Amino acid sequence: MFNYNFQWRPVWRSLPDLFEASLVTLQVAALAIVLGILVGLVLALVRMNMRGPARWIATAWVELARNTPVLFQLFFFGFGLGAFGWHLTPFTIVLVGLTFNSAGYLAENFRGGFNAIPDTQLRAARSLGMTAWQAYTRVVIPQVFRLVYHPITNQMVWAVLMSSLGMLVGFRELSGETQFLASRSYRIFEYFAVTAVIYFVIVKIILLVSRLLAMRLFRY
Amino acid sequence: MEPSVVFFSGLTASDVWFLTEAAFRTLLISVLSISMGTAIGIFCGWLLYEGKIFATLTLAPILDVFRSVPLIIQLVLFYNMAPILGLNLDPFASGTVILTIYTAALVANVARGGFEAVGLPIRRAARSLGMTYFQDLRYVVLPIGGRAVFPAWIGVALGVMKDSALVSVLGYVELLKASQILITRTQQPFVVLAIAGAFYFALSYPVSRYAAKLEKRWAQ
Repeated sequence: MFNYNFQWRPVWRSLPDLFEASLVTLQVAALAIVLGILVGLVLALVRMNMRGPARWIATAWVELARNTPVLFQLFFFGFGLGAFGWHLTPFTIVLVGLTFNSAGYLAENFRGGFNAIPDTQLRAARSLGMTAWQAYTRVVIPQVFRLVYHPITNQMVWAVLMSSLGMLVGFRELSGETQFLASRSYRIFEYFAVTAVIYFVIVKIILLVSRLLAMRLFRY
Repeated sequence: MEPSVVFFSGLTASDVWFLTEAAFRTLLISVLSISMGTAIGIFCGWLLYEGKIFATLTLAPILDVFRSVPLIIQLVLFYNMAPILGLNLDPFASGTVILTIYTAALVANVARGGFEAVGLPIRRAARSLGMTYFQDLRYVVLPIGGRAVFPAWIGVALGVMKDSALVSVLGYVELLKASQILITRTQQPFVVLAIAGAFYFALSYPVSRYAAKLEKRWAQ
């Protein structure tokens, strides 16, 4: 039953390529999370404080991001927008898709975080003479950040995992590179097994770093 | 001169029906893997809860792998591994197997949380009333712990439903694959993707709203 010859040599030989590609994966995921945090913050604030079209757009964004598959979102930015003559590069497709998705999920986390901070704190800060901007950036957001730190970490892990879908829109990150190399040597199983290990290690490193960061950031 | 062969034809009513059928296939593979995965996941969660150190050292890392490696890599890996093991699986079977294990890995953690949500004093009280261990599980732990983690479970189930879009990589014609086939023929990516997205949204949004409502009601 087990008469398959594993050939790992082509994989070892292309390990440098795979490591380089994992840097691309990290890059796009980190960029998407940073943008996602900023956009998600705006979405959460708009949904809580505004009325009218701005709020509808923010709500539609969050619900669409949360209720459709990521792959669908990538296809939409990749092929759907082509109908209007917008042709994004594979990198932009993945970046925009992941940002759209992460922003939607993070917005809900931020909303929960903001709701957990009592209104009275904002009012107290304002009556101490802080401007609204100061009150938010110095009193409310630092506390919210502490609450959403863990969800952000999870989202970062998700972004790394989701970026693997880049291989379906022609992006040469870790998965795309693996597919490319595998189709060249036809050692699909070996290549993807090694890639799975690399993803596992990346995820573990992210979790470890975030835990160390949390120890540094949130000590009293 | 007019071309005599029509390569691309417009979107017709039968195409919408084609997508509807595909949506049912998405639903089929999701329901199948979610129900099997939940059963296995609850069992694993019980093992994690009861098997303390042993399970933490053996089962937990195995489940962790399925949560730390992108689903698409798992699918490609398993699809290419099955023939090596002498199995002859079609895309639907491969997809169901991986989605089931993936669901189980996610549900195991949720289920463990459910077990932990039930206070030991309540369980001791149940046992002192003469309930057997399994009566205690059925009539005390299930209603209390199940209620505590039900919203989280719905989140997992919806996630798996959306992630079932990835089975399209193996060639199973579910909703997203069907939309790709239609795009190739009609060359109307925006309209086709909008319809596919609407299907996903219609499947996911009501359930997520229901879960949010339940969570709010139970939180009081």
